[in-house]
Amino acid sequence: MDQKKKIVLGVIGADVHAVGLQILDFSFTEAGFEVINLGVMVSQEEFINAAIETNADAIVISSLYGHGELDCKGMREKCIEAGIGEILLYVGGNIVVGKQLFSDVEKRFLDMKFDRVFPPGTDPTEGIRWLRQDLHMDEEA
Amino acid sequence: MKVYLLADFGSTYTKLTAVDLELSHILATTQCPTTVKTDIAEGLNHATAEIENQIGKFEIEALHACSSAAGGLRMVVSGLVEELTAEAARVAALGAGARVIRVFSNKMTKGDVRELETIQPDLFLLTGGTDGGDEQCILANAATVAKLNLTCPILIAGNCQATDECFEILSAAGKESRICPNVLPKLGTLNIQPVQEEIRALFLKRIIQAKGLSRVTRLLDDIMMPTPVAVLKALTLLAHGTDKECGIGPLMAVDLGGATCDVYSISAGSPKESNTVMRGLPEPEAKRTVEGDIGMRINAYGVVEAAGGLERLTAMSGVSMQETTDLLSQFSKNPSVLPETAAMEQLDKALASLALEVSTIRHAGTISEAYTPAGLMYIQEGKDLRDIRQLLFIGGTLIRTRYPQAIAECCRYSPARPESLRPEQFDLYLDKRYILSAMGVLSEIHPNEALRLMKKEICFE
Ligand code: B12
Repeated sequence: MDQKKKIVLGVIGADVHAVGLQILDFSFTEAGFEVINLGVMVSQEEFINAAIETNADAIVISSLYGHGELDCKGMREKCIEAGIGEILLYVGGNIVVGKQLFSDVEKRFLDMKFDRVFPPGTDPTEGIRWLRQDLHMDEEA
Repeated sequence: MKVYLLADFGSTYTKLTAVDLELSHILATTQCPTTVKTDIAEGLNHATAEIENQIGKFEIEALHACSSAAGGLRMVVSGLVEELTAEAARVAALGAGARVIRVFSNKMTKGDVRELETIQPDLFLLTGGTDGGDEQCILANAATVAKLNLTCPILIAGNCQATDECFEILSAAGKESRICPNVLPKLGTLNIQPVQEEIRALFLKRIIQAKGLSRVTRLLDDIMMPTPVAVLKALTLLAHGTDKECGIGPLMAVDLGGATCDVYSISAGSPKESNTVMRGLPEPEAKRTVEGDIGMRINAYGVVEAAGGLERLTAMSGVSMQETTDLLSQFSKNPSVLPETAAMEQLDKALASLALEVSTIRHAGTISEAYTPAGLMYIQEGKDLRDIRQLLFIGGTLIRTRYPQAIAECCRYSPARPESLRPEQFDLYLDKRYILSAMGVLSEIHPNEALRLMKKEICFE
């Protein structure tokens, strides 16, 4: 059965930047994913609850306003607690304030057990490429 | 004279409403004690005779009924995430007129199982997972329930990819079960109507037989529904109107009994401002909540506890602490005691006010502030009822009291609780003769007449 792979998508925290999210939704849907779009101002718990109930394959987080690090802290631990510890966690956008060295930022998020971290302005197709790879979608075909 | 008779078999009273459809007129209403223990038809016959006393001999055109006899329909529901499928299942059951005794989320534990076997509900609703979503939880719970000593039917309304297997598991164990569309097919899409129709069908089949109504069903024409469903139908009709006649618009209604408090709202309740973000499960436009710990007699202590203690109650009623304590103990032991003294009346007024404050706060949505770098944003959960302009009191204490207006004040939006999105200003209407459930039943066949009767009788139009 060709079940679509599922992602839970949203903008985390108190962040209201809605434009990029629509493009991400469009791109992932176009690429054959089922997108559960939770909108803006989404809490960690809402991402996790949605992923549990829909049995999603990945949680894709967008954060634009610079407080992404604070908003994402403890996300993996909560996933583990909720029984979905293995789920893929992606994050992208302008996740920290100002111009910081991306490799540093990336390392901090990888330490928080995020699977992929994307620098500002990353094209959604880049995220899709990695997700296909992480979910072994091209090998199956 | 040709008369439509509409009966409401309650657990204590059988209420009967006689209607002349041609003249669009309520001929008479009456109530007699329900006779569940002997033959429920007895109470009905008494009531019919009583109506004859009032209006003389008549020919019965049709007899339809609703019922909440013997505690109504007791349900237990289960889902996966507490705030998602478990909540959707709870909302579905409440809207179908059931009493939700217990809500389980996640895989059921041994403790849950023991509890369920003790409860022995009339109906179990099994949900979990959006369509194509999680299958493990609902399958595990189906397997758990299959092993139980449970005689009630089971409705399966979860992830459509797991429902067939759930059905097989349950059927193999000899459990009567039925598959329904998922209550939450997608996150953010509530689909509770199919389940509610199924609940109503099962209500008819099982409850009527089990609870002594079968003996009167031969007297009844085919319409029969749980009383809260009839009330919800009547209120929806009154709010929306029909193609031919307009309704009165969004409304809220409260029924406060000795043991429970039902609150209904007919309103979309969507956010009013663009800087408000919705959170949580969407709620039905026609929404019912039941507070099982709030009531005027058996649950008088529940009101005190939920509303902030005895001090608040006595401050409001002006009745001394000593007398309040005595009266409360009397109330909680004797469900049928009516207010006789001035102190009792004042205490009842205060109890009712606090009961309504608690119940409407629990029913209405909430709004909270979020300070973001872009300024103040609002997060709304549940329905925003601030725009509602009419409140109905539809039973028990609220109809008998001499202070309906003062009590209604406690349902109003209050600056002291700005987070609770209750109606800001409203006109109060009283269903003095308890016609609402009857009109809900009548609306199934004659919606225009039922609407006109309600507007005339309750809204004085
Ligand atoms: C429009 C806008 C707003 C609007 C948002 C309206 C709305 N409801 O959407 C308003 C005025 C409300 C706003 C407010 C704020 N904003 Co503003 N805003 C912008 C602006 C100009 C455009 C954002 C946009 O829509 N871009 C277009 C979309 C298509 O691109 P995108 O959002 O970057 O998303 C794409 C990619 O980043 C990527 N992507 C995003 N997430 C992810 C995730 C993954 C996994 C992947 C693979 C890819 C990916 O794919 C998306 C689609 O192509 C940007 C500056 C800019 N030019 O980017 C600032 C900007 C994002 N805002 C900024 C700031 C600071 C704010 C405020 C804090 C204060 C302020 N200065 O106004 C508030 C915060 C409000 C809040 N609570 O969220 C900063 C963030 C700085 C930082 N992170 O260090 C920016 C970068 C401006 C700047 N240079 O200072 N903002």
